[in-house]
Amino acid sequence: MTVHPTHTEHIDSETGKLGMWIFLFTELFLFGGLFLVYAIFRAKYSPEFHHAAEELNAFIGTINTVFLLVSSMTVAGALTAMQKGDRRMTLLLLTVTIMLAGLFMVNKYFEWSHKFEYGIFPGSPVLKNMPHGELLFFGLYYMMTGLHALHVLVGMVLLSINVVKVKAGTVNSERFLMLENSALYWHLVDLIWIFLFPLLYLIT
Amino acid sequence: MGNETQPSYLEYQGRHKGLAGWLLSTDHKRIGLLYLYSIVVFFFVAAFLGLLMRIELIAPGKTIMEPQTYNGLFTIHGIIMIFVIVIPGLAAVFGNFFLPILIGARDVAFPKLNLFSWYLYITGAVLGVMSQFMGSGPPDTGWTFYVPYSVESATSVIWALTAAFILGFSSILTGLNFIVTIHRMRAPGMKWFRMPLFPWALYATAWIQVLATPIVGITLLMVIAERVLNIGFFDPALGGDPVLFQHLFWIYSHPAVYIMILPAMGVVTEIFPTFSQKPVFGYGAIVVSSLAIAFVGYFVWGHHMFTSGMSYYARWFFSFLTFIVAVPSAIKVFNWISTMYGGSIDLKPPLLYAISFIFLFMIGGFTGLVLGSLATNVQTHDTAFVVAHFHYIIFGGMGFAFFAGMHYWYPKMFGKMYNNRVANIAWGFNFVGFNLLYFPHFIIGIQGMPRRSYDYLPQFHTGHFLSTIGAFILIAGLLLMLYNFIRAGRRGEKAPANPWHGVTLEWKIPSPPPHENFDEIPEITSRPYFFGSKEKTNQ
Amino acid sequence: MRDEKNHISTYRSLVTVLVILLALTTISVLITGIHLGPVTVAVALLIASVKVAIVITQFMHLKFENLFLKLAVSGVLTLFVLVIVITFIDYFFR
Repeated sequence: MTVHPTHTEHIDSETGKLGMWIFLFTELFLFGGLFLVYAIFRAKYSPEFHHAAEELNAFIGTINTVFLLVSSMTVAGALTAMQKGDRRMTLLLLTVTIMLAGLFMVNKYFEWSHKFEYGIFPGSPVLKNMPHGELLFFGLYYMMTGLHALHVLVGMVLLSINVVKVKAGTVNSERFLMLENSALYWHLVDLIWIFLFPLLYLIT
Repeated sequence: MGNETQPSYLEYQGRHKGLAGWLLSTDHKRIGLLYLYSIVVFFFVAAFLGLLMRIELIAPGKTIMEPQTYNGLFTIHGIIMIFVIVIPGLAAVFGNFFLPILIGARDVAFPKLNLFSWYLYITGAVLGVMSQFMGSGPPDTGWTFYVPYSVESATSVIWALTAAFILGFSSILTGLNFIVTIHRMRAPGMKWFRMPLFPWALYATAWIQVLATPIVGITLLMVIAERVLNIGFFDPALGGDPVLFQHLFWIYSHPAVYIMILPAMGVVTEIFPTFSQKPVFGYGAIVVSSLAIAFVGYFVWGHHMFTSGMSYYARWFFSFLTFIVAVPSAIKVFNWISTMYGGSIDLKPPLLYAISFIFLFMIGGFTGLVLGSLATNVQTHDTAFVVAHFHYIIFGGMGFAFFAGMHYWYPKMFGKMYNNRVANIAWGFNFVGFNLLYFPHFIIGIQGMPRRSYDYLPQFHTGHFLSTIGAFILIAGLLLMLYNFIRAGRRGEKAPANPWHGVTLEWKIPSPPPHENFDEIPEITSRPYFFGSKEKTNQ
Repeated sequence: MRDEKNHISTYRSLVTVLVILLALTTISVLITGIHLGPVTVAVALLIASVKVAIVITQFMHLKFENLFLKLAVSGVLTLFVLVIVITFIDYFFR
């Protein structure tokens, strides 16, 4: 039987990248809905939002921002290394990226559990007794950072798969679409955070 | 151009045989048929539920069911019809099957993703049906899931929300696939303005799918969070805002109407030139109007909320844009009619359905303007008038275009001819039944009959009675049409490659198409719809 | 199958971009630290937008992509801003 390769043909780089960008657009609008809700409530409950934001630890937020910015650089570096055919450098930079993402998550974990200790979590009695604006702020805080954290986790998985594939040689200096797309995804995670950070932590 | 070297996609035996050869196939044509079969099944389920509602409403008071059952019925009828049938509908069936062929490609850009979309689709659809049987009874919120009721209702709303969320994802991935396919897979020489108009319509649709659906995705997640975690975004008791939900919901769900209707417009745009044997009138205008509908249609969501307490300026703004968005639709109607003008018209079933599409779509469109004006909206909001309006658009528009497409492309898809006479008779039933079913709703709606209502005052009896009669006629027509197709599939004559003397690429390959569509990817040298003598058929 | 036009960023340029991004973050934190009232949010958002623009064009290589993608990205961002603005037509004038 003759093989008809076309229904399973390998996807060329331009096509794959275009697909990824369009996927990122949908991600943007997914978070966009939350940003819209944020904007509306922020306009309505300005003082409460300011007050509630003071509860957040701007220092942890800043550290996490630095983690994500650096990891964005390292993943871009990993792509550069791959394009240059430097496998060792690629693996090193990918590992650093994943570690930074892990640190971000650890930080997030402590931040959240700290809030939980104070009884600030969705539906908690403490929250219900707060002014409405603050309650909504924390609702948004958990929803936005939660969805973002989920994306960080997905990104970590994607990058780990890349590590395996680079080691196996299926991602190489000739075919690196997967790495390129994962890097794009990771940058998106960074982009979302760049907006989340000032909106949640810096508006005190 | 016929060839015997490749088996048709129906007979092709790949790595997987039999049923697995379909369920695991990444061939866009087989995936198109998977969608077709699932949509037909769900359509008849939802149509049957609709019939039950009509029977209930044939007379005032209780006829066959309890009020709560009725609430569950219109909810699941809406959810299945909207999210499972019309939103994927034409794009997933005809788009999957014909988009690659029409642009001279062997498949979509991401065949595996395409199959994955179907699995997401079927998962969502099954979840939607399961919501009827899970937890504490069928959801009773209506397909719009308006808060605060959707947060308070004790029924299994979460199942339905999850189903809609998953179906949305499937829709996004299909849209993504089509955009990339159109950008990257066109045959050599197929410049943008040499593409047939159905791909153009799909292109406009795909952008809405990609850019609007995520908003409803996150909105549904917020409602789930609201139910499970009490976050309070939409709960006034916690400082939230129910109108905000309506904004978010319609930011998607209004463009979703264009996700439904744009491919429908694309299908009839293919049919008019073929059955008039004349190039389409105003190719450029149709392209631009498709894109304009997609773009402007994104900003009219507020016209669903005129009575929800929006600010005056917002109402004014949305009403104004609603009138603007009617313009490109009207341009298309003008183009279709001008395409037929002076052509050698062959009134076969596809054209019959396409012309009825124009007729019904116009009624739906004009009554849409009644709803889009601020003053008349107050009178007609949430009445049976709205029900009539959107059924004229969705069923009369998208549904009849789907039937038109089925009759047009059936010979190509299955390689068999159906019986023209039976098709015409079925059309008669459908057309008469449809109008009898929905037109009375305009009248009783203006008189004040509310929508989603289990009972009504005696003065609306005549309208409801006629409507129920229409429902039976329509169902009879639908079943006859289905029978005609099934019979054709078993015993129909073998279809020639080009039964309608069409000139787009799908008619230049055998019926049914070979596994890889083309032996050699064609070179495109001119615009489509050129009915010159040398282009004449190869039958 | 690789596109020959594919641009390879140098490590040096990547590090430079990172330094700029970190500097902007610092500015953002410092400025919001001194209470400027309503201007604070505007400044924070402005800086965030600049950072996003830098990440998109440099890290995500948009600067070196084709015209269509550039238009698409700017179009999508504009669309999003329009959606917010239009929603506010309701909320500002209630």
